[in-house]
Amino acid sequence: MKIHEYQAKQLFAKAGVPIPRGVVAKTSDDAAKAYGELGTKVCVVKSQIHAGGRGKGRFKEHPEQPGVVLVKSPDEARQHAERMLGSTLVTIQTGDEGKQVNTLYVEQGLDIARELYLAVILDREVGKPVVIASAEGGMAIEELAAEHPEKIIREHYDPALGLQPFQARKIAYALGLDAAAVKSAGTFLPKVCRFFVDNDCSMAEINPLVVTGAGDLLALDAKVTFDDNALFRHKDFAELRDLNEEEPTEVQAQDAGLSYVKLDGNIGCLVNGAGLAMSTMDLIKLHGGEPANFLDVGGGANVKQVTEAFRIILADQNVKAVLVNIFGGIMKCDTIVEALLGAYDNIGITVPLVVRLEGTNVEKARQMLADSGKAIITATDLTDAAKKVVATL
Amino acid sequence: MSILVDRNTRIITQGITGSAGLFHSQKCREYARDECGRKEDVLVGGVTPGKGGTEVDGFPVFDSVCEAVDKAGANTAMIFVPPPFAADAIMEAADAGIELIVAITEGIPVLDMAKVARFLEDYPETRLVGPNCPGVITPGVAKIGIMPGYIHSPGSVGLISKSGTLTYEAAWQLGNVGLGQSTAVGIGGDPIIGTKFIELLDLFEADPGTEAILMIGEIGGDAEIKAAEHIRDHITKPVAAFIAGKTAPPGKRMGHAGAIISGGKGTAAEKVEALEAAGVEVAESPADMGAALKRALESN
Repeated sequence: MKIHEYQAKQLFAKAGVPIPRGVVAKTSDDAAKAYGELGTKVCVVKSQIHAGGRGKGRFKEHPEQPGVVLVKSPDEARQHAERMLGSTLVTIQTGDEGKQVNTLYVEQGLDIARELYLAVILDREVGKPVVIASAEGGMAIEELAAEHPEKIIREHYDPALGLQPFQARKIAYALGLDAAAVKSAGTFLPKVCRFFVDNDCSMAEINPLVVTGAGDLLALDAKVTFDDNALFRHKDFAELRDLNEEEPTEVQAQDAGLSYVKLDGNIGCLVNGAGLAMSTMDLIKLHGGEPANFLDVGGGANVKQVTEAFRIILADQNVKAVLVNIFGGIMKCDTIVEALLGAYDNIGITVPLVVRLEGTNVEKARQMLADSGKAIITATDLTDAAKKVVATL
Repeated sequence: MSILVDRNTRIITQGITGSAGLFHSQKCREYARDECGRKEDVLVGGVTPGKGGTEVDGFPVFDSVCEAVDKAGANTAMIFVPPPFAADAIMEAADAGIELIVAITEGIPVLDMAKVARFLEDYPETRLVGPNCPGVITPGVAKIGIMPGYIHSPGSVGLISKSGTLTYEAAWQLGNVGLGQSTAVGIGGDPIIGTKFIELLDLFEADPGTEAILMIGEIGGDAEIKAAEHIRDHITKPVAAFIAGKTAPPGKRMGHAGAIISGGKGTAAEKVEALEAAGVEVAESPADMGAALKRALESN
C-alpha cells in the first residue's frame, strides 16, 4: 500500500524522524495561508500524488507549470495552487495519462548544505532489511545503480535489533559527512530503520535527505509503502489510503479477494495461480495476441468471487475475447464453469470465450460446458487455448 | 528414491482444526492410503493450542508441536495456521525438533519471515519449505501439501517451482510425455522463503532416484541467476527450465528501489540468458515444459 508524501512525513514526525515544517493545502486559499504560517521567505509547494518525478513533471492543463515549485509570496503560492489543484500531473512515473492533484503540501524553505539519498528496503536474498545510501541525492537511484554502482552504500541490519550506532557511523563516514552531521546521522538513521520495522514497510525512501548548514539531517521527501500482508496489525493505516490514486477495477478486485492488474491489450484472462496467470499472458503474446489483464482468482475462490472476476474483465471496453485457463487443485473446475455459465445470464457475455480446464473435477466441468448449449470454445492444452483465442479476433 | 519425503515421513498439521487444514490433512491421508498403498498412518495428527486431547476426523489433536513429537513421533510439520500466527508456528516446529516444515500459509508479513529466517539459523537440522507454497510430494510415497495427487506419477524427474498451479501444469505435461517425478517441491513465491533453488538442486544432484531436473522460476529477484551459476559449476544431471512473466509490465509490483540490490537483475530475459549460458534447456513457452525436459534428457 502506497501513501502520500505528507502522510509519510506525519508518520515520520510521530516516530521522531526530523522533517521540515509543512502544511497540507486542499485549496489555493490554504496554500496562501500556509505561506504565512510557515514564515520563511521561500516556501515549496508540492503536488501530492503516488508517483515520483514530480519536480520535473508538468500539468496537462498548464504545460508550463511544474509539479513542485518555489514561491516567495502568499499570492505566488495561491496562483500556483490554482493551476495545480484539480489538474493532471504527468511525470516519468505516471504514464501519459497522468494523475490528478487533489492535495498540496506546502513546506518551509531550508538552508541546504548537501543532498543525499537514503532508502530502507527488504533484501529478499539476504532476508534482512538493508539501508541504501548515496552521496548523490536527488538523482534517480536506478540510474546511479546502473552507472555508478560503487557510489551506493549498503548496510544490512537485524530487524529485531535495529541499526546499531556503529552502523549509523559507518554509513555517515561513507557519505563523507562532517562531524556535526555524523552526530545527527547517529540518531536519524536508527530512527528510520526502527520506523521501517515498526510500521511493516516494504520501502521507506528519502530522496533527498538533506544536511542543513547547521549539520542537521531532515527528510525533505518521503516515499513510504507498506507490506499489504501486515496491514492487519496496522488498522489505523486504512484512513491513509487514497482510492483516487488506484485503478478502480483493481480496488474492486482487491475487495473481492482477487489479484488483478489492468494491461493495454484486448484478450481478457481469467486464471488460477499467479505463475500460471503470468504464463498465460506470455503464451497469448507468443501467439500474436495482447493480454488485457493479469487476473489470478486464487486457490480457493468460490462462485461469487469468480463471477466478480468475470464482471471486472468484461467491464474493460478493450476486451474483445476472454481466455479462461484453470488448472484445478484446491480450485474445482466445476466451480469455474458454474460461475461462467452464470455470467452469461447475470452479466451477459458477448465476446468469444475460450476455456481450457484441467485438474480437480474436470470431467464434470466439461460435461456442464457441453450441456449448456452456449457457444463456448474449448481447448485441450495451453497452446491450443492461446491459438484459439487469438484466432477469434 | 526421493528427497525430503520418504517412507519415514510422519506428518502433523499445525492448524488442523481450521477448514483448509482439515480438508488437506484428509487429502494427504487419502493419498498415502489409497494412491500409495500405505498401511500405516502418514499423517499422525495435528496441533491447535487449546484443543489438545480432542480428535478431529480420526486425527489426534495436540496442544503443542513438542507434544505431537513426543506422543505421535512426528518429524514433519505442514502449516495452515493463519498469517498473523504462522511465523510463530514455524518457530515452534523448529524448536520441537521437526526436521521438515512445509508452510502452506499465504500472506505472512515479510518482516515476520525475516525474523523466522534469523531464528532458524539456530536450528541447522531443520529445513523450511515455503511459505506460500503448494508443498512437497514424493509420488507413490506421500504428499505434504495442497497439490492434486493424481497429476503426479512416480518417476525420475526432480521438479522445483516457485509457483503452485504452474507446478501442476508442469507435472501434467511431464505425465503427457511419459515422465514422473522423484519429488516435486513448490518453494513458494514470497520475498523470503526457506529452501531455495540451489539447495534443492544439490539434493536432487545427490539423489540416485533423480535423473533430470525441471526448474520453474519467474520474474523478480535474482535467485534464478544464482541457480544458473550453480548449475554451470556443480550440477551434472540434465536440467530444463521455464521462466514465467516475460510479458509482465515492469514496475507494477516491484517497487522503485527494489531493483537496486540485484543491480538491475530480475527480468525474464536475463534469467533465460543466464540459464541457457549454463547449458540449461529453457522452454520458450509454458506449454513446452515437459518437452523441454525430454529434450534435456535426450541431448545428455
